[in-house]
Amino acid sequence: MSLFLLNLLLAVAWAALTGSFTLAGLAIGFLIGFGALALVSPLFEDRGGGYFLRVYRWVKLLLLFLWELVVSSVSVAWDVLTPRHRARPGIIAVPLKAEGEAEVLLVTNLISLTPGTLSLDVTEDCRTLYVHAMFADDPAAIRKQIETGMERWVREALA
Amino acid sequence: MILELFLSACVLLGGFFAFIAGLGVLRLPDVLIRMHASTKAGTLASGLVMLAVAVVFSDPPTIALAVLIVVFLLLTAPVGAHMIGRAAFRSGVKLWDSTVVDPTASTKLGAHRNDD
Repeated sequence: MSLFLLNLLLAVAWAALTGSFTLAGLAIGFLIGFGALALVSPLFEDRGGGYFLRVYRWVKLLLLFLWELVVSSVSVAWDVLTPRHRARPGIIAVPLKAEGEAEVLLVTNLISLTPGTLSLDVTEDCRTLYVHAMFADDPAAIRKQIETGMERWVREALA
Repeated sequence: MILELFLSACVLLGGFFAFIAGLGVLRLPDVLIRMHASTKAGTLASGLVMLAVAVVFSDPPTIALAVLIVVFLLLTAPVGAHMIGRAAFRSGVKLWDSTVVDPTASTKLGAHRNDD
């Protein structure tokens, strides 16, 4: 966490030195500061204690999520605009490995926005998630897709 | 020039997806499938429009507002869809003919359904 503070400090320093105290200036400063810290990471205790890995995983989660959102919107648009409904919907039980309310919330929220699935409800014990899938011919494949996709990325980012 | 083209594309695509979300709610066959259209396409539509707004005005208050709008949409749209879908399922709204329901769903979710 102190590396994060150091990175913020570098961002402010950059903005002050370039005389542009704007959002863009701070953002550029943060990026350059991150690069500089990554460059000297061997100097820190256990190479920065996973700070770089964690930032990388959050960025990866964000980018993959944005990509999935675009894909799912296009596929929904296709289904809406074509005259026949190709959907073969179903309600599927998906066992959850995510632990803690934050993880479950993030997983269910992101699942709702990714292609073909919509979280319907979680059982009381947060162990099973029921999703409504647009193409439920193969429930096992959908379970696997959630487990190795969004759920794994979220668990990595929050770990 | 290129930036303007990109921003125009963002706004137009945003409008297009918002239209799709509305049309989807109108013509898809049942509640749960409609929620797919309104959450996914609706969120992407607002995101694209807010991206264009943030870049065009590019002053800190506007950017901060645009970011906040997108963040709160990402938080609330799926939760809203979840609550509507859950209420529909539990109260036994009729689903589309070919819907396959997991046999454990009704008991686990405390639904009051009588279709199967």
